[in-house]
Amino acid sequence: MSLPPFSAFLEEHRVVVYRFLAATVGRDHADDCFQETFLSALRAYPKLRPGANLRAWVLTIATRKAIDHGRRRGRAAVPMAEVPERAVAEAPDGEPELWRAVQELPPMQRAAVVHRYVLDLPYADVALALGCSEEAARASAHEARKKLRATLREER
Amino acid sequence: MNELKRLRVRDADRASAAAAALLAEEAERAGLLDVAFATAPSPFGDLLVATTRRGLVRLAYPNEPVDEVLTELSGSVSPRVLEAPGRLDEVRRELEEYFEGGRQRFDLRVDLSLTRGFTTRVLRAAARIPFGKVSTYREVAGRAGSPRGSRAAGNALGSNPIPIVVPCHRVLHTGGGLGGYTGGVERKRFLLSLEGAM
Repeated sequence: MSLPPFSAFLEEHRVVVYRFLAATVGRDHADDCFQETFLSALRAYPKLRPGANLRAWVLTIATRKAIDHGRRRGRAAVPMAEVPERAVAEAPDGEPELWRAVQELPPMQRAAVVHRYVLDLPYADVALALGCSEEAARASAHEARKKLRATLREER
Repeated sequence: MNELKRLRVRDADRASAAAAALLAEEAERAGLLDVAFATAPSPFGDLLVATTRRGLVRLAYPNEPVDEVLTELSGSVSPRVLEAPGRLDEVRRELEEYFEGGRQRFDLRVDLSLTRGFTTRVLRAAARIPFGKVSTYREVAGRAGSPRGSRAAGNALGSNPIPIVVPCHRVLHTGGGLGGYTGGVERKRFLLSLEGAM
């Protein structure tokens, strides 16, 4: 068994990667992170062993890109005196409150909660994507859930 | 947290397809596009054409399943395979001109890395047969260094990964019989008539 051509790999996983990115970094940044994710994947692709779990692998890369993106944005936001209220117009399909609440989570928790609840991945796969233990993945998602509930309660 | 499911973008299919279509260009800039493919219209239907940095590496007739052709390229050349029509503009243009009767010679570089040894030599010999002319299996075998290998030459021509551009259709039986053809004898006849050789 050999690796599928990259074009087939891209076709098979583009939707799940896009969904993940749109929910973690926001619609406006999803396209850039998508390119970064698949370029990194393309770079490493020939060295993958055939039979690797390609979906878990590409979601790991996407997670790293989303977390890096979150950190870059976090850092960039600090020195600005006037931070314009971030346009939450990038909410995927309405739900601006929920969207804003997810966007305010720390990057790891955000990735965990999106993998688990937006993409419906089992914790074993969430752990793979986050590069942590299953227990740590559960803990991140739990923390995130607690924060989301609190935020949403406040706003209602 | 069922409400989180509402964060699923509804047009993820369309949006991701648009993003995926831009990837080939980025990949090329990063030097990561090893095999670029596209389709090219022809009187036989859409051909699949694929190129490496060295040149045209594959041309497949519509009866060859695209998945299989790409899998073969992935295994034999590189798995870094992406659809990149821009990289094949010149190939498509020359093919179009050829089928319209306005082009007698392809100015394309070819990459015969899908072939080995005798097959490569036979295809190089076939590539030198000019438009409008024909040759024979025996002659081509001789030019490839094996004067008695006309049957082997026939097999080599039958496995031509770049038909039309490497004109294996210009090779006939010594007695004038049409011989076989990868894409079916009807196509061979069509190409030879187009070139005025029949």
